[in-house]
Formats: sequence, structure tokens, C-alpha cells
Amino acid sequence: MKSIIDTYIKAPVEAAPLAVFRILFGLMMLLSIIRFWAYGWIDKFYLQPKFFFSYYGFEWVKPIGEFTYLIFIVCAISAMLVVLGYRYKLAIIVFFLSFTYIELMDKTTYLNHYYFISLLSFLLIFLPANAYFSLDARRNSKKAFQYIPSWTINSIKLLLGIVYFYAGLAKLNSDWLLKAMPLKIWLPSKFDTPLIGSLLGEEWVHYAFSWSGALFDLCIPFLLLNKKTRTFAFVIVVLFHVLTRVLFPIGVFPFVMIISAMIFFDVSIHSKIIGFISKLFKIDSSSFNTGKVFKQIPTFKVKMKYGILALFFCLQLILPFRYLLYPGELFWTEEGYRFSWRVMLMEKTGYAQFKIVNGDTGRWFYVNNSDFLTPIQEKQMAFQPDFILEYAHFLKEHFENDGHENVQVYVDCQVSLNGRLSTTYIDPTIDLTKEEESFLHKNWITPFKDEIKGI
Amino acid sequence: MKRIIGFLIVLTLVWACSSDSDSEVTEVVNPVDEVSFERSAMLINWADNIIIPSYEAFSSDLEILVSSFNTFKEDASEVNLVELRSSWVNAYISYQNVAMYEIGPAETVGFQLNMNIYPTNTDNIDEFITTDTYDLSLSSNRSSKGFPALDYLLNGLGEDDAAILAFYNGDDKDTLFTFTEDVLLDMKTLTGTVLTGWKDGYRDTFVANDGASSTASVDRMVNDYIFYFEKYLRAGKMGIPLGVFSGSTLAQNVEGYFDATISNDLFLEGLNAVQDFFNGKHFNSGTEGESLASYLDALNTVKDGEDLSSLINAQFNTARVMVQDLAAFREEIENNSTPTAMFLAYDEVQKAVPMLKVDMVSAMSISIDFVDADGD
Repeated sequence: MKSIIDTYIKAPVEAAPLAVFRILFGLMMLLSIIRFWAYGWIDKFYLQPKFFFSYYGFEWVKPIGEFTYLIFIVCAISAMLVVLGYRYKLAIIVFFLSFTYIELMDKTTYLNHYYFISLLSFLLIFLPANAYFSLDARRNSKKAFQYIPSWTINSIKLLLGIVYFYAGLAKLNSDWLLKAMPLKIWLPSKFDTPLIGSLLGEEWVHYAFSWSGALFDLCIPFLLLNKKTRTFAFVIVVLFHVLTRVLFPIGVFPFVMIISAMIFFDVSIHSKIIGFISKLFKIDSSSFNTGKVFKQIPTFKVKMKYGILALFFCLQLILPFRYLLYPGELFWTEEGYRFSWRVMLMEKTGYAQFKIVNGDTGRWFYVNNSDFLTPIQEKQMAFQPDFILEYAHFLKEHFENDGHENVQVYVDCQVSLNGRLSTTYIDPTIDLTKEEESFLHKNWITPFKDEIKGI
Repeated sequence: MKRIIGFLIVLTLVWACSSDSDSEVTEVVNPVDEVSFERSAMLINWADNIIIPSYEAFSSDLEILVSSFNTFKEDASEVNLVELRSSWVNAYISYQNVAMYEIGPAETVGFQLNMNIYPTNTDNIDEFITTDTYDLSLSSNRSSKGFPALDYLLNGLGEDDAAILAFYNGDDKDTLFTFTEDVLLDMKTLTGTVLTGWKDGYRDTFVANDGASSTASVDRMVNDYIFYFEKYLRAGKMGIPLGVFSGSTLAQNVEGYFDATISNDLFLEGLNAVQDFFNGKHFNSGTEGESLASYLDALNTVKDGEDLSSLINAQFNTARVMVQDLAAFREEIENNSTPTAMFLAYDEVQKAVPMLKVDMVSAMSISIDFVDADGD
């Protein structure tokens, strides 16, 4: 036990891998912010909508009009400072806060990889990623170290391992393995993919992709950890993510994962990368090889830090299993679905027609959703109960402000999951204005008619 | 050793990925377990056998309408008015076959918005005729032209034919004729632009864009198709006049309000066009080609799910029967304090919306917009 702690936590290791990780991570973030901006998505997602869907408890996080651009600028600048390792601690804290703020503004755009980036940047706050090959280390020799404790690098490996392994666990269900769903729906529509397009309509390919996808997610952390299989594993990582990038609209996530997986390699590769960067920008990198070892005296503050990190990882291990506390089918109710590395598991589509009823007179009319929501918001809202509830409350408020009295809101909602015929999703007799958002089970969701077995 | 293994794996994958290019001769393991559907064949069927012939037919019906008008202009008699009206009804019905294709040249000129915004703005039209100053190209005047304006000009100026004819023989007759003619010419120009656009270039662009993305022809057409069904057919022709979005009935929002009898025919023609398009039925013929229905069937060979195309067709049929049994929409709404029968018919039309918007879109994996997504 003691030797395990010594090897994986205390033992000093070269700081170069963490420095390379800092640089590449920062660059990826900078690029993805530029990409987001260039597509006009800031305007489209955060300025144009009249209404934003909030996370429970974060209703106060909203876009701030034109100033929303400022948040993105702050986020981009902090990402750049992370790359340079200039005032790193402040930069990474600002990055974490600004990035997370952006993600909390509207849950319509929730993506697991945005959540991953928030978690990773939170973790990076506690890591001495500026100890080596950074402006901080150059400016202040007290902050420069060539060796850091191994837990700093291993914690990133652990987080990556959790992401992959839990994503693999989530695939161990009957829809994915026995029905090859939703790939059976998605792959045939990618018939225009170069080279492999014509294969994607074949059923055996759907099963092959499903099973190898699950196997990949479950095994890859271990294959990357093992020195003997590492190179092979990395090749597979690259192939896998490039393939997903070609087939699915998942943005920069595949590249983030490829770059992150490089942390598993030992120092020789990272030294070469640093050598390459040094040559490119004519930096004297030898001055960073101080031979100094980063050690922290276990003061109260440092102990607190360890405590926070331990808690952070415990939470990461437990959170994906919170769905067990809810009755009903997870894919159907989505109670405990987010923040659990459930990626590309469902083809779920819905249609929700809201009815505004005057509780006194019984007079009613339907809502035209496009009056209030963008097409993407409407799409996301129509199959997620928390969205439906929040929107119903918004409608009540809106029509009450318009002078309507005794407003009740009902919804006729039809949802299709993984190729099943659409069925009623929300009890149409329930006045949604009487229901409140909470972590409790929403008993107004119509129970799932079928069964999905598995984790 | 590990490099060799890695290399072999890569090689195998490359081979596995590229072998299809020369696999035309190899046997297909089991043809049932494969989705083989050519989107481009469907696009060609849509363009050549449905969309362009529909525009051509509409365009010639519009010609007939213009020539009936010319006859009426020379002699504003009751016989000629009746004849003009019947040409107008024919063209209006014919228009229902092209209304849903708001894509390409039609989208560019805003065809739908310029041809058929109702209720028409009668105050505006009256003013145009009295002052003889108007600019029909202004977007603010879209509700004062097109078929609904003609409805007012041919059916709504007076209580009966004698009263209407009095206008065409009265003091303002010159400006009245000029305005009516301008409305017709505006419609003719727009239709000509769209038809030429399809024939000179857009047809090929449309057919060539046979990929799968939010900007590919199939994805865009399906989105437009559903949008038409939901907003124009369901809401525009039935829902809004019924008051389902406002809480009280709005009879004046019935399509063809002044005519008072054709609204159902217009709806039913629109529904037929929607269903024929779904089944890939060639315009004015019994032949069927590749379509949304055959696409769903092809997808189903692997998915082994419900027979969605039959369910959708059955729902269209149910809706049709319900609407056929109704009196004219305006009558239903004005003569019943609660137009229950029409509400029930509306519900059947409504039921097709989730089938198209949820089940069909999901089965075809149609994207609604370009955005990052990870499938939840």
C-alpha cells in the first residue's frame, strides 16, 4: 500500500508531460472558442433566443446581452495565458469560471464534452502546470521545477479513465448491444461518408460499431496505462476519434480527447514536443531543467487542497450512478442522465404542444412554440422533462403578464426513443404550473412502455 | 513487436474501410439486412416528376386565369365574371400543389408570402383603388395581393354579382381593372421566376446536393415539407380560423373567405399534394417513384420497426375523411358557437404532425440545424 502511494502519488516525475498538456489544452480551448464565434453561435445561441433554459439552482446564470461576447473574450484570453503559462493560477481560475458560466447560461447546448472541459479546468487549478516551460517559471525561478509529484499527472489520467470507462459502462444495455440502437438509425444516414459510406447501411456494421465502441471505451484506459500496449492504444484512440469526427457532428471533442490521451506517454515524447516548440519559437528550454523537485509542506491549505481533490474524484465516481435512486427507465425520464458520460446513446425526438387553459372559464388555446423558442431549443425541449416544466412555467408567467388569468398549462407530448414508435411522454391531464422542479422523481412522466435492460 | 501489431491493425482497418470500392462483384451476404436507398433517385423523382410538373400545371392555370380576366376586362358582364371566378378557383386549387416547395427559387422570391397571405387587407386594397398609388413589390403590401386579394376583388366587393359588377362598371373601374391586372401580373411574374429558376439550374443543384447534412436537399426538403404541413396546412387553413391559437374563432382568417365555399377544397387539395409527395406519386399520374414512404420502408428492412409509412398514410386518410364530411369552413365556424365537428377533424390533421416530426424525422436522422451534438 505504502509503495503504491509512493509510486502513484508522491514519487517525483518529470514535469514536461503536464507542461505539454497545459499548452495543448489551452490551444484547443482557444481554437474552439474561435470556432464557436466564427460559426456565429454566440449570437445564435446566447443573443437571439428570448428565453433560456437554466440548470436547477443556476437560474441566475444568464447571457448578458451584447456583453456575452466579453465573456468569450475573457475566456479566450485566459486560455491563451494558460498556453503561455503566464500568471497561470489566475488564468486557469478565470478560464474555469468563464467557461463554466458560458455552459450554464443555457442547458439547450449541454454537451458531455463541455462538462468534461469544465471538470478538467477545475482540476488544473490545483496542478502545478506552470512549473515547467512556462513564462511563470522563466520570470520567477522560485516557481520553476523540473520534477513534480506523480499524483499531478495521474489525476488527469484518472479523470480521463473515468470518462472512457463510464462511457463504456453506459453502453452495456440491450438497446446498444442487442439492437445496435441508435447506430442503426444514425449510420445509414451517413451514406455519403467517403470510403466507408456504402458499408454503413449494412446491419453487421451497426453491430460491429456498437460492440467495438463499447469495448473500446471499457478497455482503452487500461491499454493506455500499460506500457506494452500504449502505442497500440493510442493509434486506436486516434482512429476511433477521427472516425467519430467524420460520422457525427461532435465538434472539437475528438481532438480534445486525442490530445488528452497523450498525457499517458512517458517523458521522452513530451521532451521532443517541447524541443520542437523551443526550436520553432527560439526558446532556450534548457534553462527549465533546473533539477528542482516540487514539494509542498503539508500546511492546512495544502491539506485542504488534497481534501477537495479527493472529494472531487469521489463525486465523479458516484454521480453517474445517481440514476439508481430514480424509478423508471433512465433513457426515458432522463433523471440522472446528464453529467454521467452517456454519450451518443439515444436517438430521441419529441413533439410538445402546450395548451393554455383558463382555470375558471375553461377557455383554451395552443401555444406556437416558435414564438418563444429557437428551432434547436424547441427540439431539445420536446423530449426532456425538466425543459418541458421550465418552459411551462415560463408560459404561465408570459400569458399572465399578457393579462390572462388563472393560467393552467397542459402539454400533449409525443416522444420516440431509439426507433420505437412515439408514445405519450407527459401526462396530458397534469397542470404543469402546479409542479415544481426538484431532484425528486417527476411522477407526471408517463411510464416507459418498453424495457431496456442493462446498466 | 508492438509497432508491428499496431501497423497491422492500421492496415486491417484501412483495408476494411476501403475494400468497398472494389467490392461491387462480391456477394451481398443478406440483402434484407441492408439499407440500400438512393437519396439522389428520390431527389430526381421529386424534381422531375412532381415539383416541376406541378409548377408547369400551375403556371398554365394562371395563364388561363389571366386570359379570363382579359375577356372580363373587355366586357364586364356577369357571364364573364362567373367565368373569371371559375378560372380563379382552378388556379387557386392548382396553387395548393406547389405551395409546399418553399425551397430554392421559391424561397428566394418568398413565393408563399407573396402569393397567399390571408386574411387580405381590404382597407389597403380599397385605398389602392381609390388613390391609384401602390407598390406591390413592397413586403408591407404582401397582404394586399395574391389569391386572397383576388378573392376580395371577385367575391367581396359587393353583396351579390350585380353589386360587384357595379364596381367594374362604375367610376373607379379603370383603377380597379388596373389594380386587378397588376395583382395578376405580379403573380405571373413570380411564378415565371420560380419555374425558370427550377428549369435553368436549380433542378441540377437540388439533385446534386444528395448528401446528409442540415444543408443537403433531402434534409432541407423534409424540414420545409413538415413546416408546410404544420404551419400552412394544419394551422393556416384550419387551426387559426378555428381559434386554437387564440382562444376564439376567427372566421375572417379562412382561406377564400369571400368566396365562402372553396376553403375545404383548397385544404383537401393541399392534403392530397402532401400525401402524394409523401408517396412519390408523379404529378397527375398514378405512377409512384422513390419517396419518403419508400425511404422509410427501406430503413425499416434493418430496423424492423413499425410500418411507419402505412401509419402515416392511414392518418392522412382519416384526416381527409373527417374534413370531407365538414361543411365549408366559414360556415362551420360562423354557424356553430363551438365548431365541434371541425375541431375533431383538426385533431386528426394534428395527429399526423408528431408522426412526421418525431417518428419520420427520427427514423431518417434528419438534422434540423447545424450544431454540435452528442446524441442526448
